[in-house]
Amino acid sequence: MELLLDASLINWSRAQFAMTAMYHWLFVPLTLGLGMIMSIMETFYVKTGKEEWKNAAKFWMTIFGINFAIGVATGIILEFEFGTNWSNYSWFVGDIFGAPLAIEGILAFFMEATFISIMFFGWKKVGKNFHLASTWLTTLGATISALWILVANAWMQYPTGMEFNPDTVRNEMVDFWSILFSPVAINKFFHTVISGWVLGALFVMGISCWFLLNKREKDFALKSIRVSAIFGLISSLLLLYTGDGSAYNVAQRQPMKLAAMEGLYEGKNGTGLIAIGILNPEKKSYNDTVPSYLYKVEIPKLLSFLGYRDANAFVPGLKDIIEGGYETPSGKALSFDEKRERGKVAIQALADYQYACQKKDTVSALMYKDELMKNYAYFGYGYLDHPQQLIPNLSLVFYPFHIMVFLGIYFIVLFAVVLILSYRKKIEHLGWLQWICLLTIPLGYVAGEAGWMVAEIGRQPWAIQDILPVQVAVSSISAESVRLTFFLFLILFTSLLIAEIGIMVKQIKKGPEAEKIEK
Amino acid sequence: MQGIGFLKNIYSFYTEGFKNMTVGKTLWIIVLIKLFIMFGILKVFFFPNYLNEHFRDDAGKANHVRTELINKSK
Repeated sequence: MELLLDASLINWSRAQFAMTAMYHWLFVPLTLGLGMIMSIMETFYVKTGKEEWKNAAKFWMTIFGINFAIGVATGIILEFEFGTNWSNYSWFVGDIFGAPLAIEGILAFFMEATFISIMFFGWKKVGKNFHLASTWLTTLGATISALWILVANAWMQYPTGMEFNPDTVRNEMVDFWSILFSPVAINKFFHTVISGWVLGALFVMGISCWFLLNKREKDFALKSIRVSAIFGLISSLLLLYTGDGSAYNVAQRQPMKLAAMEGLYEGKNGTGLIAIGILNPEKKSYNDTVPSYLYKVEIPKLLSFLGYRDANAFVPGLKDIIEGGYETPSGKALSFDEKRERGKVAIQALADYQYACQKKDTVSALMYKDELMKNYAYFGYGYLDHPQQLIPNLSLVFYPFHIMVFLGIYFIVLFAVVLILSYRKKIEHLGWLQWICLLTIPLGYVAGEAGWMVAEIGRQPWAIQDILPVQVAVSSISAESVRLTFFLFLILFTSLLIAEIGIMVKQIKKGPEAEKIEK
Repeated sequence: MQGIGFLKNIYSFYTEGFKNMTVGKTLWIIVLIKLFIMFGILKVFFFPNYLNEHFRDDAGKANHVRTELINKSK
């Protein structure tokens, strides 16, 4: 019963965090993407002096404003949850989380707050160039806001630049720059922000096609389609590039996540990439003999190449990672049992260190601290009882990964087709394509959420990779209270979403003509 | 005197901006209601900081987390 309650607490806490983050991510990418498009359009206005660019920029700015206002501060709820539901984690990560979030609050928030007012109120009050600078700085402020939280998230996937202090029981930052410029953080930042740009482009293209379908605002719609298709095509190609960087980072630092993304149980040299596949639901364990897939189409050697830049490289599967013994750049991989043993030694050393400190036995304390540090890299394994606990939910990683990749490729093709047809002046006659563009808007959201599912579910059971599993990170509170707040948030966020969609649809229906009359 | 003029300009910039808003007024109402729910209700009644609630100083918090880290491995 106690175990059941514990599982319930962990699951509800995780579900609440996931729900909050996923709702938050409905607002953020559109802010990032629309910010870029409205800034580009205003730049055209300042360069050419043509009023139609100004009206287009103002229309998308209004939509940006609606999305920004409804979405702003939804991320703060995640911080509430850290303090209440994840107090062990919050304490344990110490200033590594605190510093980036504080910088976000001070720098980016105030930057946005200052320049967004000039952007909305300043059309007739400040010069064209100053207004343009404010628009770009608003977009930059939103992007910098994303930077700090993504740096913190990247650290959880690849902890670096810190040292554990057993006296304070905190991971203390010793190298800010290695946290900020860790390869995982850099890549995550660009991949995530650019995914927002792609969503913004899909949104503008889709809404513009809605105007064409309704035979309204033709010039505005065609201009917006052309800008969004060019911007979207460039962004989606950059997204492909940074996506490759993400896969490479995962292969180097989170091999279990890579194996889960591909449903790879047994590794080999020259591993292929599963282009299309159906996982076998009958496969219950990493070491049973049940086939991994019911169906698969594989591109030979591609996973080895993407993960290790070598078509014949060995890619470890779930079983290899658990059993260890394969060669890695840093030597032979340890098995789950070996890592767990070291994790248990580290935890025992922490307990012994505490006892020695209480007894004021400095010599023993130093010895235990040394032992703790030597085994700290495996600290979290000491909490796991069974190797199966190391494997994330494959279905929730494998399918979202493939959905994200397929949608990413589809977006590239769609942007390219729309761009070509736009230059050939055919897009306004192709109702079916306009419908496709309109219906693709939600797919932009699906791709973004799928990406986050891969990133976050794929690193389970870890709150901090290899160091802290979620069951230790969670606070000792009642599952009922977490369940209650889960539903409170569900109601709050759903209401906000309904409000956003309602106000946005109303404003879109008014069209850019309204911008000439009202602010 | 110049400083006061500058502040006046900023004040009138914001007041005129808010006065002329159309969609913005609805949005501000939503933002204020949202912030009240988040900070006035959820944070106060449902999301106390667990460690701040239970421990007065950093040493107490560190001890608690250390004990959790040690006991949860058993």
